[in-house]
Amino acid sequence: MKFGVVIFPGSNCDHDTHHVLKSVLGQETVFFWHQDTDLQDVDTVILPGGFAYGDYLRCGAIAKFSPILESVRQHAQEGKLVVGICNGFQILQEAGLLPGVMLRNAGLKFVCRHVWLRTENNQTPFTNACQEGQVLKIPIAHNEGNFFISKQELAELQANQQIIFRYSDAQGDVIPEANPNGSMDSIAGVVNRQGNVMGMMPHPERASEALLSSEDGRFIFNSIINRVH
Amino acid sequence: MEITLDLIESHGLTTEEYEQIRKRLGREPNLTELGIFSVMWSEHCSYKSSRLHLKKLPTQGPQVLQGPGENAGVIDIGDGLAAVFKMESHNHPSFIEPFEGAATGVGGIIRDIFTMGARPIALLNSLRFGPLEDTANQLIMEGVVAGIAGYGNCIGIPTVGGEIQFQETYSHNPLVNVFCLGIAAADEIFLAQASGVGNALIYVGAKTGRDGIHGVTMASEEFSEDAESKRPNVQVGDPFMEKLLLEACLEAMKTGAVVGIQDMGGAGLTCSTCEMGSRGEVGVKIELARVPQREEKMTPYEIMLSESQERMLLVAEKERQEEVLEIFRKWDLDAVVIGEVSEGHDLTVYDQGSKIAQMPNKALSEEAPFYDRPAQRPAYLDELPRWQDLDFPEPSDYNTLLQEIVSSPHLCSRRWVFQQYDHMVQTNTAILPGSDAAVLRLKGTSSGLAVSLDGNSRYTYLDPRMGAMLAVAESCRNVVCCGARPLGATNCLNFGSPENPEVMWQFIESVEGIGQACEVFATPITGGNVSFYNETNGAAILPTPILGIVGKLEDLKQIRESSFQNVGDPVYLLGETRAELGGSAYLEHLGLPLSGPCPALDLNQEKALQDKLLDLIALEYIESAHDVSEGGLLLTLAECCFPRSLGLTMEASTPLRPDHYLLSESPSRIVVSVKKEKEEEFLKRVSDLDVHKLGEVTDEIFQVSVNEQSLISVPITRIFQVWNSFLDGVFEH
Amino acid sequence: MKAKVIVRLKDGVLDPQGQTIQRSLNKMGHEVTELRQGKYFEIEINGMKDESAVRQRVEQIAADVLCNPIIETFEIEDIA
Repeated sequence: MKFGVVIFPGSNCDHDTHHVLKSVLGQETVFFWHQDTDLQDVDTVILPGGFAYGDYLRCGAIAKFSPILESVRQHAQEGKLVVGICNGFQILQEAGLLPGVMLRNAGLKFVCRHVWLRTENNQTPFTNACQEGQVLKIPIAHNEGNFFISKQELAELQANQQIIFRYSDAQGDVIPEANPNGSMDSIAGVVNRQGNVMGMMPHPERASEALLSSEDGRFIFNSIINRVH
Repeated sequence: MEITLDLIESHGLTTEEYEQIRKRLGREPNLTELGIFSVMWSEHCSYKSSRLHLKKLPTQGPQVLQGPGENAGVIDIGDGLAAVFKMESHNHPSFIEPFEGAATGVGGIIRDIFTMGARPIALLNSLRFGPLEDTANQLIMEGVVAGIAGYGNCIGIPTVGGEIQFQETYSHNPLVNVFCLGIAAADEIFLAQASGVGNALIYVGAKTGRDGIHGVTMASEEFSEDAESKRPNVQVGDPFMEKLLLEACLEAMKTGAVVGIQDMGGAGLTCSTCEMGSRGEVGVKIELARVPQREEKMTPYEIMLSESQERMLLVAEKERQEEVLEIFRKWDLDAVVIGEVSEGHDLTVYDQGSKIAQMPNKALSEEAPFYDRPAQRPAYLDELPRWQDLDFPEPSDYNTLLQEIVSSPHLCSRRWVFQQYDHMVQTNTAILPGSDAAVLRLKGTSSGLAVSLDGNSRYTYLDPRMGAMLAVAESCRNVVCCGARPLGATNCLNFGSPENPEVMWQFIESVEGIGQACEVFATPITGGNVSFYNETNGAAILPTPILGIVGKLEDLKQIRESSFQNVGDPVYLLGETRAELGGSAYLEHLGLPLSGPCPALDLNQEKALQDKLLDLIALEYIESAHDVSEGGLLLTLAECCFPRSLGLTMEASTPLRPDHYLLSESPSRIVVSVKKEKEEEFLKRVSDLDVHKLGEVTDEIFQVSVNEQSLISVPITRIFQVWNSFLDGVFEH
Repeated sequence: MKAKVIVRLKDGVLDPQGQTIQRSLNKMGHEVTELRQGKYFEIEINGMKDESAVRQRVEQIAADVLCNPIIETFEIEDIA
């Protein structure tokens, strides 16, 4: 399984993601500069977290014009996997590869802490190692993670089982108190209609080693690795 | 323009200093030169009141790779790696504009670290505000926290710890001390030195605007009521630009073509050019017309004194400058050759080819004036009330006392603050904020680094020397409690006006106290920062030296957290509890006047305790360790219980009044929980210490009896709730 | 020529920042019944002198970059 991690000016989880894939999970992993257009022959492209272009104007608004985005679009059209984590998710939304948009957190503050996620759909390339309903402990760290979408499109997401993670409590109950940012329908992660592009606000790369309080992020990476082998 | 007395005074120079300038130049300076001298000779840049005394600090040790005098200190941490760290204040800018002041403070300290060739891996901060009952203080705190978060989060360096205190003295003079730690290859440290005549001076980063002109001089002036009108002087930070600078500079350094590098912080282009020339014993020539400018019609005076942020000055090998420029272009950064290293020892400034200033580098930097200012023991020290004379009755209900203590601003949880900081990015944060020290793992090794910042201005006010020693001791103790051995120190010394002999006395005593303690703990000072003139309308702040200690954790398996781990583990207190309530959080909580004496510290006893704890941890007897400080034993025990919602059954006996016993702040004490099956061996090992069994960890109820009288019995979750949510209650109403 | 562009949130999109400002103003005694926060841009395009050409270009910039059509609309205030 070969992974590519895209570096935009202002990415700051690029090395963390690379570290988990390569050093912890032993997968072949390369970096791409945002101006690259050749995705070599990677199976999965990851857009990591950070503040691409400082998140100036809007999160992801400038990064979506990077040359690599055209190649990523092509990669997705071929049915290959694309993952956006946090800022990467926002960039994929701006680029139209994933639905919805992120508003400022309802609490108007940056929030960094562990949250609980309920796995809503384990029939995707990103969640096949999880049990249906499995609760994962993974941290968030964002200022704009308040998922917003029109009512009609939300109904479509629900109907197509595109919502793969919702914020929940430790028992897996999706309750308003467990929603850290005001996201509509407690959405923490979604896939596109075809199911090969995934975005999530929580950071699985920060929860993939015993030393870092949780290893639940590995379920997501392992799902991707499983899928190909 | 004629140099008048008014002009000299408005530049913050004395007439004597002006005479010295004339003597060094052998002529009258012009306006640009006067401006350049005034910033370089300001307290902020020249340390003119403190230099003499800072020399007393221990700075040597086999582990020290770079001591004071560079952008940051460097210590050897084995595995071919070096820890690069420093602390700096940004007090005055943060009062004028809390968000940008704090943000640019963070930006500045980060530049100091990557300038040395290190990748920054952690930020910490030490903050002081006025009481939260006042909305103005709330707004300052909210802005400062948001500013630190805004900068650190964006650039992707985790803010992993720190400390906060509240005191009336800081109402109009908050303190924002920021610390940054970086990692470099031990043999690839870069210095801020120019060398090689003909080598290129490369300006990189943000364009120069009229930002903070005379900001440095402002930071060395007392605040007056018209501080509001100084607003336009405040710089605005751009963390995205700095992220690009960080990556590009580290990449450029890898080429081997970079000879020296310094950031343009306070006093911008002036400071970076003359200091690099001075350290490298060479001359420096620059052409201002080549400096990238953001505003039109800037004068040479303005360009030289601008404090625009996110700018760096590099010296690159002449033949390889293109290689370096190419890297900056890749990162979309403005990079321009603005001058060169020259023969001689002068800083020479040209504008459109004509020479407009020429001054000896050394006269501006190393040979700037310094003073042995008069010092006098403050009169207040003889008039301090003694806490023993205060009349405060024993509380009738200790359950209520506990609730009140944990929900006081001094002792409540800092979660509201650190949740706004990205404290996990870079995935090295082995202990999340809230424990005694922050611990960062070093990827690719089995080791880690621990960092703690500490200082207690109530103690330093009561006894500047003892207070400073207590700060060093506590910082080391915090590092040791995590399982790490202290290796090096940095400090940030926040005081009033050095022209006031009583403040000067406080300063000298504190510096000497830090020196004494750092000798004993074998933690040389590798750098730091002095912030004078922290006064409002003539009143100085309480003297506030802040210590930062960096320690090495040889084996990450030996990390210890402050929280109890397992039900049934026996709990011990190492160290003696005396009736020491002077300067305590307890008296502060009761609203009593600040009273002495401050707790007494025996440095050798403290060192022995710390060494012993490290032994016990290495032997794997210890499950958790938490130092006893503000809030005494009572708060310490509650904090041990909170993270895992565990309880405690404690039975202690003491000749002291129970509240004195529970809230005394005697130093050199550590609460440990011991592996049950190792208890006997543990006791054999600690037979030479003052050891008291307190009780054992339980699963739910926090129970305290003293002298066979049950004082507290309450579910830990209820106390946790109060402690955890206090700051939300203040800010999220 | 300089164009002035305003980007607004669409009706119905939650505006937590605007709401907070509104609450604060009301606390200060101003009787604000509605407040929405937006963005304002001033744009100059090199060498373009014809107003309709500028308008066309700025419209493209606003639609493609300045505004996210899912939640925002834009308006060209003025070209002069």
